[in-house]
Amino acid sequence: MREMGKNLPVPTFDGTAWASAPRLRDATVAIVTSAAIHRAHDDRFSAGDTGYRMIPSDAHDLVMGHWSPNFDHTGFQIDLNVVFPIDRLHELAADKVIGRVAPRHYSFAGNQPDDVSAIRLDSGPAVAAELKRDGVDVVLLTPV
Amino acid sequence: MSVLAHVIEAAGISTVVLASMRPVVEKMRPPRSLYCEFPLGRPLGIPGDAEFQHRVLTEAFSLLDTTADHGPIIRDFDEVVESDEQPVECALPPRFDPNLPACVDEARGLRNAYDRAVAKRRHTDVGRAVDADTVPEVLAAFHRIASGDDWTTVAIPGKNTVAVMHDVRAYYEEAALELVGTAGARSLEAWFFEATEAGKTTLAARQAIKDGGGPFPFWFYMAPGHR
Repeated sequence: MREMGKNLPVPTFDGTAWASAPRLRDATVAIVTSAAIHRAHDDRFSAGDTGYRMIPSDAHDLVMGHWSPNFDHTGFQIDLNVVFPIDRLHELAADKVIGRVAPRHYSFAGNQPDDVSAIRLDSGPAVAAELKRDGVDVVLLTPV
Repeated sequence: MSVLAHVIEAAGISTVVLASMRPVVEKMRPPRSLYCEFPLGRPLGIPGDAEFQHRVLTEAFSLLDTTADHGPIIRDFDEVVESDEQPVECALPPRFDPNLPACVDEARGLRNAYDRAVAKRRHTDVGRAVDADTVPEVLAAFHRIASGDDWTTVAIPGKNTVAVMHDVRAYYEEAALELVGTAGARSLEAWFFEATEAGKTTLAARQAIKDGGGPFPFWFYMAPGHR
């Protein structure tokens, strides 16, 4: 897979946006993942799903909705923090390394259509707006 | 991930990507990336190792602590975590009912371990197309196809072979993790496809569907591409 990644066609961007964050100890931090994880009772991700699922900060009933058979799912089954480090963020907040953990986090499916136009123009900006609403300053993005 | 980094940063929120493919972030140029050479599917490196995960996060968040006013910034995490391609050492149930195909017997024999795993975790990844009760029926269908029955005449419960295989593997992996505790990345995949009757039967059914002219997505994604 990693070898494949070298030649993977990817969308390009004219520039790189840049937003300055407040000091980490004052920042509200959220996780956005492309692991297609979701709460057990939520709608499952369909193959080619361009939408997202919201994950509350205290939810631990998470399942892996990714469709690819090509990467390891067992790390997540052993410890969800290896994909979605929510317990680590809570520990960093308790230790005052970060300001606070955002109340809501978001999950997308990693296997998107090649042009990724939906997450670029629709579901991505929708999540960004939700994050702004929650006062999020920093987003950690975790892939699978 | 890099697309979302661009989109979210453009909305005024700082982002850090835990990148798993360096050439992708080099081309896509998200604002801040920490490249981590870890097994795909384990972006924080090591499950159950909070100290290691904190090291990754500390390094990732340090990318925010900069006087730079533009990106992209790409840094490499200083430790590599390798996959383990060797099948995990996991006991399989003894043959119980000789009248059943071995894979069906085996799946039934793992049920107690699977149930204990679900009781502990309080939820399961099984259920995309079939439930745990149906896993032996799926394997019975694969056994028929592998034994020569025309794949077009065999009813596969759950129908969508990709989703069905997600459930079969999740059933086996959750049962195995209950028995062995933990496993390196890919060692349970190797165990499933190389050591279990279910895995061997799946690969044989996949080959039979391919040879029988089945559509590519129907058989190919029943197993990882390299198998």
